[in-house]
Amino acid sequence: MPSQTETRAPIVSLRDVRQSFGAFEVLNGISLDIHKGEAICIVGPSGSGKSTLIRCINGLNPINSGSIKVDGIEVNDPKLDKRALRRRVGMVFQQYNLFPHKTVLQNVMMAPIRVLKEDRREVEARARDLIAKVKLQGKENAYPGELSGGQQQRVAIARSLAMRPEVMLFDEVTAALDPETVKGVLNTIRDLASEGMTCILVTHEMGFAREVADHIYFTDRGLIVEHGEPQDFFENPQDPRTREFLSQVL
Amino acid sequence: MSNPAFRLKPQLCASTWRMPNLTWKAGLILLAALAISLQWATLFAQEAVPARASALEVLWQWIPYILEGFALNLGMSFGAMAIATVAGIFLGLGQLSRLRVISWPSRFVTHILRNSPWLVILFMVMYLVPFEIRLPGFGKVGLPDWIKATFAFSLPVLANISEILRGAVNSIPKGQWDSAESLAFTRRQILWEIILPQCFKRMIPAWMNWYALLALATPMASILGVRDVVGNTQAAMEAAGARPDLLAPFYLFVMGLFFLYIYPISIWTRKLERKYAIAN
Repeated sequence: MPSQTETRAPIVSLRDVRQSFGAFEVLNGISLDIHKGEAICIVGPSGSGKSTLIRCINGLNPINSGSIKVDGIEVNDPKLDKRALRRRVGMVFQQYNLFPHKTVLQNVMMAPIRVLKEDRREVEARARDLIAKVKLQGKENAYPGELSGGQQQRVAIARSLAMRPEVMLFDEVTAALDPETVKGVLNTIRDLASEGMTCILVTHEMGFAREVADHIYFTDRGLIVEHGEPQDFFENPQDPRTREFLSQVL
Repeated sequence: MSNPAFRLKPQLCASTWRMPNLTWKAGLILLAALAISLQWATLFAQEAVPARASALEVLWQWIPYILEGFALNLGMSFGAMAIATVAGIFLGLGQLSRLRVISWPSRFVTHILRNSPWLVILFMVMYLVPFEIRLPGFGKVGLPDWIKATFAFSLPVLANISEILRGAVNSIPKGQWDSAESLAFTRRQILWEIILPQCFKRMIPAWMNWYALLALATPMASILGVRDVVGNTQAAMEAAGARPDLLAPFYLFVMGLFFLYIYPISIWTRKLERKYAIAN
């Protein structure tokens, strides 16, 4: 019995998650399940709570009630060592947030060495592979300020992957980029998803969402209004709010 | 914390002591003006009393003694700055602590010392700190006045460095904390390995400004009998017969000494300020 439920259990599971800033309800009872190897996209109008939702999954934002489980860890447990959770969950931000005083290679190597206490040579080999994977060979010794936004974002992805996470969170990672650099970042994420990395994306790139996601969630005012597989979601939306949103963005 | 004066950003603190358009050329002109007035003051005095050794000759004779005093000013400024830097960083970190038992006293000390006249702090330290202390294993150790003065000068500066550090840490974008936390760094690691290295560069111009202010304040110690550059200058004039015609050349010479020392620091500070303003 336990082994059976284990294999079928979702790697990330949210149940009735609520959060409010004062009287303003940001998350109004969100429930969703993500299984290992899945890529899901969360879409919706600005201010609908997408970013808040994704930041709750690695404990950057607290929640008022409900339950978030990641790989068996209860995120809402006040006694939780958040660092244990964050070792398993990588996160990439809209503003890249690379460490500006460190080179590309140092940015990627820092956390495995300082947090996981891994062997420097091993980490360096892995970091160089990851930098090659995000197509930035030759930029190992560049500083973030010398790179384009898209290149910085790919370094940020490599930096997260260096921790060998179980789940990757992407919070509007192309929203701040120049249009010509968006493609490289999306290609990197597409490769990751196709290799079986569990990905949770908040995005405004509908075409990309449709292509990459196994499942799409539409949020509005802190609620999941509608969800489904990409084809159904885009071609046959049920809820009027979804229809209105899609008519505006497509 | 409600007083807006306490919320000054480090960039603003840096502007409390700033001359417009500092250049080497302007510096040379000012120095030349100083030299000419010294010459003029001397000649004028000579005409008045031609029989005695000229004031310039007297000054020349006493220069080694005055420079000896100036060395003590430099020593006090280095010592005070070293104390202020180390203590100021820790006090600033104390202000940022999430524990109130640490952050509240740190803020209190910072604001008290930042908002007290330096001379009052100097007098208090001079009269409240004993002239000798008992160290276990060493017996009684004398505390010379210049050491007490050094400690006194470090107090207002350390409070300002504490405030500069707090401002610099708060000026680092919050995204740096977000991404570092997401990578499972501890708060201490984030502060020391990610946030502070970015702060130190931003703090350098303001830090240098406070050093210049501190060095210029050290002659206050002479009021309390420390044989610094001003103390020695006064002693020299006394020894040379307390002639009124000595006052101008001797004090102009002391001004020139400080000018030669501080002015390059000011230019350098300005350069760094401009450089980092562009880099950020």
